[in-house]
Formats: sequence, C-alpha cells, structure tokens
Amino acid sequence: MDREWLRTILRTGTAILFFLLLPAFAFADGPQPVPSIFAPASTPASDIYSLSLFVLAITGGIFVVVGGLLAYVIVRYRDKGDESDKREPAQIYGSTQIELAWTVIPILIVVVLFLTTARMIFAIQDAPKPPDALDVTVVGHQFWWEFRYPKLGIVTANELHVPLSTNKDPLPTYLKLYSADVDHSFWVPQLAGKTDLIPNHPNITWIEPKSTGLYLGQCAQFCGVEHAEMLLRVYVDTPEQFAAWVKNQQQPAVEDPQVAAGRRVFETESCMNCHTIRGTAATGRFGPDLTHLMSRSTIASGAVPNSEANLRQWIKDPDSFKPGCLMPAMQLTNQQLDEVTAYLETLK
Amino acid sequence: MSTATLIPHATHAPEQEWNLPSRGRVAMYCLIIGESAIFVIFVVAYIYYIGRSLTGPTPREVLDVPIFNTICLLSSSLTIWIAERSLERNKIRLFGAWWALTLVLGAIFLVGTGIEWHTLIYEKGLTISTNLFGTTFYSLVGLHASHVIFGLIGLSTVLIFTLLGKVREEHSERIQVLALYWHFVDAVWVVVFTVVYILGR
Amino acid sequence: MADRTFPIEGTLDLTPAHVHEHTWLEVLHEWVTTVDHKKLGIMYVLYGFFFLLVGGAEALAIRVQLAEPNNHFLSPEVYNRFFTMHGTTMVFLVGMTIIFGFANYLVPLMIGARDMAFPRLNAFSFWMTAFGGLMLYYSFLGGSGLYGVGNAPDVGWFAYAPLTARAFSPGNATDYWALALIVTGVGTVGTAINVIATALSMRCKGMTLMRMPLFVWLSVVTSGLTLVTITPLTAAQIMLVIDRYLGGHFFDTQAGGSAVIWMHFFWIFGHPEVYVLVLPAFAIANEIIPVFSRKAIFGYPAMVAASVGIAFVSLGVWAHHMFTIGMTSVSNAFFVLSTMLVGIPTGIKIFNWVATMWGGKIRFATPMLFLTAFVFQFLLAGLTGIMLAVAPWDWQLHNSYFVIAHFHYVLVGAILFAIFGGLYYWFPKATGRMLNETLGKWNFWLFFIGFHVTFDTMHFVGMLGMPRSIYTYEADRGWGHLNLIVSIGAFIQGISVLIFTTNLLWSAFRGKVAGNDPWDAWTLEWAAASPPPVYNFPTEPSVSSRRPLWDLKHPEDPDWKYE
Repeated sequence: MDREWLRTILRTGTAILFFLLLPAFAFADGPQPVPSIFAPASTPASDIYSLSLFVLAITGGIFVVVGGLLAYVIVRYRDKGDESDKREPAQIYGSTQIELAWTVIPILIVVVLFLTTARMIFAIQDAPKPPDALDVTVVGHQFWWEFRYPKLGIVTANELHVPLSTNKDPLPTYLKLYSADVDHSFWVPQLAGKTDLIPNHPNITWIEPKSTGLYLGQCAQFCGVEHAEMLLRVYVDTPEQFAAWVKNQQQPAVEDPQVAAGRRVFETESCMNCHTIRGTAATGRFGPDLTHLMSRSTIASGAVPNSEANLRQWIKDPDSFKPGCLMPAMQLTNQQLDEVTAYLETLK
Repeated sequence: MSTATLIPHATHAPEQEWNLPSRGRVAMYCLIIGESAIFVIFVVAYIYYIGRSLTGPTPREVLDVPIFNTICLLSSSLTIWIAERSLERNKIRLFGAWWALTLVLGAIFLVGTGIEWHTLIYEKGLTISTNLFGTTFYSLVGLHASHVIFGLIGLSTVLIFTLLGKVREEHSERIQVLALYWHFVDAVWVVVFTVVYILGR
Repeated sequence: MADRTFPIEGTLDLTPAHVHEHTWLEVLHEWVTTVDHKKLGIMYVLYGFFFLLVGGAEALAIRVQLAEPNNHFLSPEVYNRFFTMHGTTMVFLVGMTIIFGFANYLVPLMIGARDMAFPRLNAFSFWMTAFGGLMLYYSFLGGSGLYGVGNAPDVGWFAYAPLTARAFSPGNATDYWALALIVTGVGTVGTAINVIATALSMRCKGMTLMRMPLFVWLSVVTSGLTLVTITPLTAAQIMLVIDRYLGGHFFDTQAGGSAVIWMHFFWIFGHPEVYVLVLPAFAIANEIIPVFSRKAIFGYPAMVAASVGIAFVSLGVWAHHMFTIGMTSVSNAFFVLSTMLVGIPTGIKIFNWVATMWGGKIRFATPMLFLTAFVFQFLLAGLTGIMLAVAPWDWQLHNSYFVIAHFHYVLVGAILFAIFGGLYYWFPKATGRMLNETLGKWNFWLFFIGFHVTFDTMHFVGMLGMPRSIYTYEADRGWGHLNLIVSIGAFIQGISVLIFTTNLLWSAFRGKVAGNDPWDAWTLEWAAASPPPVYNFPTEPSVSSRRPLWDLKHPEDPDWKYE
C-alpha cells in the first residue's frame, strides 16, 4: 500500500521541481551562452515571457486541482484488500450538474486565454513599423545565413550586428526573411520567437534588443544534412560600436600586395565562382560574402572559431568540419592553401 | 474472479424489430467519404494555383469545354438508375440493356478525355510538367479519369455476369452499392468540371 | 482447447484433441491465409510491437548521439535517417497497427458478432500495411546498402517541401517514404471502413448504438476520422511523386509552386492523425478504468459526445503546427481558438475518468497501474498542449525539444501506457493465460521512472533553446547535462520494454491459466472462451444494457433499470 503513497510523493515532487527550476532560468538582463527563452533581452521575447508566466500560472492551477483530485482518489478509494467485503460500490452513471459545471469552467478559462493570446498576436505581428527602423534582409541558404543591409550597402554572412534600442531612443531592427533553397527558421530565443524562411514566401520579423552583447541562436527548421550547424550569432552593439562596424563593412576589401599570391589562388581556383570579395573580380553569390571575413569570430556559420588553422583546414576539406555541406574541397596543394589562407587573413 | 460462463440473452426487453443498415452500403459510403477527401485536396491545389503559373499556356488559351463528354457521363447516372429499378422488378434483360448503355456512355467519356489530352499535349503544348496549370490539370482530371476506369471495370464485371445469366433480382442490393460508386464518380465530375472549365478559365 | 462456454446441445466442439495437432507448416499456412479477425488482430499487434522494438532501437541510437555535445557516434547523414525513420516507424508502423489491431480483435467480440463485416478485406488490409512497412525498411538496403546506411528516408517524418524535391533530395530516400506510406495508407483505410461497417451493421440484438461499449464507439469515431485523415496525406504524397517523377510543380517554388501548401496538406493529415492515435487510448481507458474501479463509467453519453466532438473539431486546428510560417495575425488567432476549444472535450474526459474512480474500490493490478499513470500523464500532456496553443509562446517553443517532450508525453505517456495496460488486460482473452503480475509491476515502475526522467527533463532542454532535428550541439549552450539525463531515462525505458517482451514470451507458454473472465468485467468479450473459438459465440447474444455481464452477475441490480 506504500506504492500509492510513493506515487503521490513522486507526483508532488515533480510538480515542486518544475516550479523550483523555473525561476532558475529567468536570468536577469543580458546575453548568455544558454539561449533560454526565459532570459529575454529584447521585445518581443520579453512580451512572450510575460505571457508565458501568465499561462504557466493558469495551467499550474489546473494541474494542482486536477492532479490533486487524482491523487486523492487513488489514495482514498483504493481497494483495502478486505476479502470479506465483496460488495460492489454504488454505481453512479453521471450527474448533469457536475458535468455542466466542468464544461462551463474550462470554456471560461479558454475565453480568458484566447483573448490574452490574441491581443499579443496582434501587438507583435501587426506592430506598425517606425520609419527609422533598421532594415536587414536575411536570406537562408543550406547551411549559412546571408545578411544584407540594403540602405547601408552592406552584405555579410552568419554574424548579424544590430544596434541597441533603448526606451529613450527606440531603434528596432526589421528583418525581411527569404530563402534561396529550402525552408529554414531564424531563432534567437533571447531576442524573439522564431520566424521561418520559406522560398517564394517572404516573411518579416522584428527585434528591439535592450542590452548589448552576443546572443546565440540557430536554424530551427530542418533543412538538410548540416541543419545542426547553421548557427546564428547576433551582436547587439552600442550606437558607436554599430556605426564603427557599419563603416568598416562598407569599405571594399583590403588590398595587401604581400598576399597577392593568395589572391591569385582565390581567383583562379574557382573560389570566386561562389564567393564575393568586394573590390575584386570575385562576385559569386552561392557562398558567403568574404569581403570582411576577419571581422567575424566564427566560420562555417558558427561551426568553428575563426582561427588561421581552422580556416586553412576548412578550405582544405570542408567536410572535416561540416560533413555534407555544400562547399567542395578544391584539392589545393599545401602551398596554395598557405597562400590563400594568408590572403583571407588580411580581409579585416 | 467471476464464474459466469453464460452467453447473455436479454430477458428484459420484448422482442423488437432489429434492423441494421446493410454493411455493403455502409462500406461504400465510407469509401466515398475517403475518396472525397482525396479529391478535395486536389481541387484545393487546383484552385490555389489558378493564375499562378509563371509561364503559359493558360486555361483560356487551350481548354475547350467538354460539353458532349459531360452530357454522356451525367446521363450515365440516369441510365444506371433505370437499370437499378429494372433489376428490382426482375426485368433482367432490361437491366442488362440499360447497364450496357451506362458502360458505353462511360467509355465514350473516357475516350473523349483521351482525345482531349492528345490534343493538349501534341497540338497545344500542355503537359504535366509545362507549368502549374499543366500539373494541376492533368492531376485532377487524371485522378477523376482513373476512378472512371475503376468504375468501368466494376460495371464490365457485372455486365459479364449478366450476360452469363448469373444476375437475379436478389442481387439488387449489391448492384445498388456499386451504382452508388458510379453516382459518386459523376458527382465528382460536376465539381471538377466546374472548377476546371468554368472557374479556372 | 476445450470450449468453456455454455454447453448448448450441438454447439460444443467435440473433435478429439489429437486431431488439432498441426505441423509448423500447417500453422504458418493457417496464419498467413487467415481471414479471422482475432488472428489478424494478433498479427497487427505483434507486427506493431516488433516495430516498437525497432523504432525504440533507433531512438536509443539517437539518444547515445545526443548524450554529450559534439558527439561522433552517428554521422549527420545516419542521424537524419534515424530520426526520420524513428518518427515514421512509430506513427505508421507502431501506432496505427497496434490500435487497429486492438480494434480488429475486440470490436466483433464486444458487439456479439462472429467476425468483421468484410473478413477478406480485413486480411487484404493487414497485408497491405505489412508490406508497406517492409517497403519502408527495405530502404536501408538501397543505395550503397546497409553499411552505407542505404537510402532510408532522411527528410524528417513530415518531409517538408522543397527539401523533398529532386533538386534537394536526389536519391530515392524520399521516394521510399512516399510510396511505402501510400501502400500502408490503403491498408489503413480498408480497416477503417471495415470497423465502421462492422459496428453499424453487425451488432447483436438489443445493442443499440448507445449500448455499445465505449471502446466500440471510439473505434468507430477513430475509423471515421481516419477516412478523412489518411487520405489527404495520400493525396499529398501522390502530388510529391508526380513532382519527383513526372516533372510536376505542386511544390516547386522555382515554378511558382508553394512550399506552404505542402505544410497545409501535411498537417491537415498530421493533426487529426494524432487524434486517430489517441482516441483508441481513450477507448482502452474507458474499458479498464471502470472495471478496476468497480464502477460504471461516469457520464457515458457525455463521453460519446465528447469523442465525436473531438473528432470534428480536430479537423480544424491543423495550422497550429504552422504558427511560425508567417500566416496573418487573424489566421493565427483563429487556430489558437480552435486548438484551445478542442482541449475542452478532451479535458472533460479526464474529469469523467476521475469521477469514475471516485467512490470506487480501486484494484491496482498492472492494467490499472498503467491506466492511472495514463490519466496523470495525459493531464500534463494536455497542459503543455495549451502552452503550445498560445501562439506567441509557440513562436519560441515550436520546433524545440519542448514540442518533442509534449508529443512524446502524449504518444508514450498516454498512448503507449494505455496500450500496455490494454495488453495486460486483454492478453488473457487472446491467449487463455495471464501475463505475469510481478514482471508486470517491474515493467510498469521502470517504464514510469524512465519515462519521467526522460520526458520531464526534455521540456527544460527545449525551454533553454535547443531545437529539434539536430545531430549535435555546442558544448557551451548548457544542454549537455540535461541531454545526458534524457538519454539515461531512455535506456531505463528500454530495459522496461525488454522486461515486457520477456513477460510476453514467457506467459504465452507458462502463464497462469485465465478463465473466461479473470478481471470480473462486464462487456461481451468476457463471455466468450479464452481464447475464443473461431466463431466467437456458440449462440448470438442479445443484450438489454451497456454492461450485459453486470446484469447477469447482479440480477438484483441490473443496469437496464437505470438506463
């Protein structure tokens, strides 16, 4: 008979654990490596967070009531094992009043939940776009992110820089989402809910980050072999940092004559068929723009840190980091690899 | 542990009429519901893609309204209905005649569709891979035509049995179940016709 | 096996025992050519159970790969095939087969009929489904074969376009997925038609629709829902095959086609499909909970109405799987409302079960252990479902491990628990022997613990931002420890299933002999012998209430006085 008590204890324990652990994820402001949905650092993620607490409270209440009744019933009405008492309990077939009550109450709960939810849907999706919002075009590729800032003349990849938005100086970033191939999804949990990138079906999402730093995310719609390594890094910059970054990105590529050999390798070994380096003859669009490759802290869409050794290995054999990705190994000789890596290392 | 080993027999209620629907009819209605769901999906795809092809030809340019074919198919519903009634009154020869006529009308429809497709493919340049219109047109009309073929196979089988003298009045119920399928095929054509040749043009 | 039913003259099988000895070839022939609903039901369940082990092995491989960050146990290609096959197997080859297996076995017995309405269609449908499953698994041998992990589908179990277009999936993996499921779909629709025709046209005298056991009601509703659920998937898969083989453009975004329309078609199938899977779990609960509480089900008419209501409303909620694709705010709001509404009749059922147990005399034999856990877990699953119905929150939770936790809570925590309960409950009827109760309790407790270790933890991993369908993850995201816990729980569940398998095999030959009615139950199947003869009942029963055996056992207080 201790089994039933054990079950009750286990249930209550689970419930307590859930509520105890929950606040642990509600870190205060600021970016963190754990992309928790309970550590919002931007509208609309923070609006969603408030709504989620409300919903948790209601569902928690339902759990306590119904779960409690279940626990009570299990304990109170279990067969005590008395062999002498062979009577069957009273057969109750139903009760219109009780059934009516437990239909009406859930309907009321649904009404409340629906109205709250609908209000937030309209607030987030149909928020009017301020005229000075920053425009970014995101194009999803297998397995990397293309970011274009049309009004600033910038094209970059995989690491997004956006300006801070304060209550005094609101500056939201509006992202137009396109796909060049299959479905993807843009998800940086601390900033906003996810929105999909679907070919032939442009979408829009927006963020208003309230604290600076690096926010992590990744593609959230299965897009093929290396879906797991289509990572996102969003840098929220102060206005000064952002302006400096923009200025750098707007420059054409650095031209260092010391690495001319590497540049020649780049141009002759068909790298330029897929990649763009602004200011050179390379205008390929299939792969990421490399004009300011060294301004990024990772390569291969976040798969590995952007170090010289990693870059060389990536060029030598992309499959060693991201097996199945769409960049082919061009069978370069060691000398060619050294030269082209040295060239790319100058593209700050 | 119970020791009851008796088969329950109701002693309480007086013997009432116990009528249950025929299982063949129930099954055919279920099949029709399932098939209708498939057609709905193809119709929705057709309607959604109206006007969205990136290249020609367009429906207006290449489609002729198949009036004759439609009249044949829809009247075959009438002829099959007459056949059903004949069998109920044990008029086997009459039943066979009207049944055969239904088959012929259905076959004419199928041949007509084939001619229409031949013209579209070889003269007007519309194939299933030409554009969205081509894909959805051949898929939807083809799905319907395949159901006509299944129907004709069923009708032929019954016709053969009739000619062999095996069909009698007591088979009315089964014949009617098969006829139900045929009526369904005709009803679907009404929808397909409206969507493809009227709405879509 | 001696016939233990009431010995009416001329109906006993008096054939001497030695005549029944067959060679194994004769036995095999009998099973392969049978049209008997009981044998087909058993084959469906055994087939489903076999694939439960296979799909479970796929899950364990996935969990080993995810137990730590940047693991190399499975390559990304293999991992993607495994998670696709795990999902596809569990839904189509385990869920659908076991539930239709139960329906096949029990519906004719519960309505006092001799067999299903169309026995040959029954056999045809089973073999179509079985063949489709084999076709799906043959894919592992395609391509470069087993060691190259073949050509098994690797596009996710919902096979979103345009990833499935020839351009992005050049091999045959997608073709195996589409074609195998078209074949199993034919079998499923055939069985659904059979169940409806049987329940409507073959009931014994006196069994009006409102006197059918709730299991039969729910089997009918499930089958009706199946007719309009599987068929949209078949249609969409035909369109996909047309795209891949005939140059069609249904989902070809380069030609103006729409990737979104695949999503709509798939989820118009996909959402009602999960109700097709869960309604039979309710069916099992509606039979077991009353018997082990020693009380009639509370609110039979409401349960019927709620089931039918759920089936209808479930057809209108599908786009809650698409909240992130960029539908208008009005569309999103509509689907929030419909999704929350379907939660109402579903929730009511939970209340009815609790009310059935209230005032009862609950015996916690193994079936009831599983079904009590079912109620608790279904409650939690429903609550996380409500969380997901709140679209803005879903914009965070969609495609994360929170969703995986939610649907496994339903599929494993509710459905599989109910199925285990049902197996323990009806195994005596099908074989004449009881499953071992001690092994049963070990089975239950290990499964319960393993289930909660895995799936409770999984909710948190999702809330910490881990998306689904990823073969590995970064070490610094804080997901490593939680994933390890999830994986450990999976292995505990695996051990539990092995215990069950042992129990199944051992008890089939050595289990305690059960009588007709080992649980003291009230529906017609318990009046037949265990196992029933091929004709089920020697004379056609007739009934005057919902619980004919209760009336027999309690002539002083029969149900028909109160209905």
